[in-house]
Amino acid sequence: MKTGRVAYAGAIHAACPHERGVRLADGRVLTEADVVWLPPFEVGTLIALGLNYSDHVKELSKELTITTKDEPLVFLKGPGAVIGHRGFTRRPADVTFMHYECELAVVVGQPAHKVRAADAMRHVAGYTVCNDYAIRDYLENWYRPNLRVKNRDGGTVLGPWLVDAEDIENPHDLTLRTLVNGNVTQQGHTGNMINDIPALIEYLSAFMTLQPGDVILTGTPEGVVNVNVGDEVVTEIEGIGSLVNTIVGDDAFGR
Amino acid sequence: MNMRSGPAIDMPMRPWRLSGVVYGALLNHAPALAALGDAANAAPYKAAPKAPVLFVKPRNTLLSAGEPVVAPDEGDGWQVGVSLGIVIGHTACRVAASSASEVIAGYTMVVDFSVPHESFYRPSVRFKARDGSCYVGPRVVSAIDLGDPNALAITVSVDGDPAQQSSTANMIRPVEKLLADVTDFMTLAPGDVLMLGVPHGAPVVRVGQRMRAAIAGVGMFEAVIQPARRREVA
Repeated sequence: MKTGRVAYAGAIHAACPHERGVRLADGRVLTEADVVWLPPFEVGTLIALGLNYSDHVKELSKELTITTKDEPLVFLKGPGAVIGHRGFTRRPADVTFMHYECELAVVVGQPAHKVRAADAMRHVAGYTVCNDYAIRDYLENWYRPNLRVKNRDGGTVLGPWLVDAEDIENPHDLTLRTLVNGNVTQQGHTGNMINDIPALIEYLSAFMTLQPGDVILTGTPEGVVNVNVGDEVVTEIEGIGSLVNTIVGDDAFGR
Repeated sequence: MNMRSGPAIDMPMRPWRLSGVVYGALLNHAPALAALGDAANAAPYKAAPKAPVLFVKPRNTLLSAGEPVVAPDEGDGWQVGVSLGIVIGHTACRVAASSASEVIAGYTMVVDFSVPHESFYRPSVRFKARDGSCYVGPRVVSAIDLGDPNALAITVSVDGDPAQQSSTANMIRPVEKLLADVTDFMTLAPGDVLMLGVPHGAPVVRVGQRMRAAIAGVGMFEAVIQPARRREVA
């Protein structure tokens, strides 16, 4: 099943896909553009992985000091970063390199504490698509990637749907791609994760109890390019969804 | 689905309770950065930090009232980082330092338990986001009652002996400036807590030791470090 959350006519609704757009729990059928899309579930702790695709590591190899044998590169984000499908993300006027990252987002369904990889998948509620923007101009080598790069207001896009885990036969056999203004700029496959989902759940749950609603952003493959004001960025994952976001400038925020 | 609930502490002003969102600023205490010396300009850092160095204490770290402090099951003990916690009262987005007081509800104490680590290159989530590694409390004191937040004594004792005597002064970014620089790119919500910064020289406590942390005018927290539990594998 696919479930979403949307705002419409003064209330927040559960929604599901419909051939003409979305169907609210109360029966109303609307187009995608009629509603305001929220993240498809209440987001708990946001855990993100850096450098978790071998092709992306190769892409960045000139500036990296790590190898794929190091422990997973984990960082955390706060709730203010998250927005939903068809939202807007600000590109500050003074930056030169802001890029999207198409990522499979794994949503925790059962508390997970010291879980072995072999048992990990039963703790997964489902999946959604994430576009986790970064602004490389702000990268500093202190607790890198620092929050000014990766925890910006509206910089983490989630949605449109939460897809139940049982509907995805193999989350490590999915194609990901990103389109900027209709042109494919990033392509990858979830089979190329360095640390797969069970390994990540085992690693994380060894020191932090994962709770329902917590999200693991599993990293992005190669093919990150700069985006500009006015660009429409679509991140999609086979069977999970197609997530739309538009880049806006400082003026939209009164800056 | 969301189980986040802020630590239940006495908060006699809006928004009446904490959100459970806690951010911290690393190396904000000038002597802490100075202690790194030339290393701050060498690899892997290559330059002193320009923006605030921030981290997240996620909800699994928050200690409930009365919950014991359990030693980490890796490393030698907890480094006890005591920081003033700035409690947000009104949505704080692009707040000028000169108007910081308008969005601050008050102040609390945060005790940030970390596994001691030497390198600040990576976010060190395994060392900083362990279960039960963040105490927030014992109350929120209003800004008016507290007075100058940038001049409060911080003391930590271990087994009754002084282990750290410092203060909230000497920060690279005092309360108002930190809030301005953080909210330039990330909005803080009512009930969120932003740690001003842990003073240099945070002591390490081990199993069986009694630690006591206090910030003058804000409150104190005392705990005996319990041995790591051997929990069944889920």
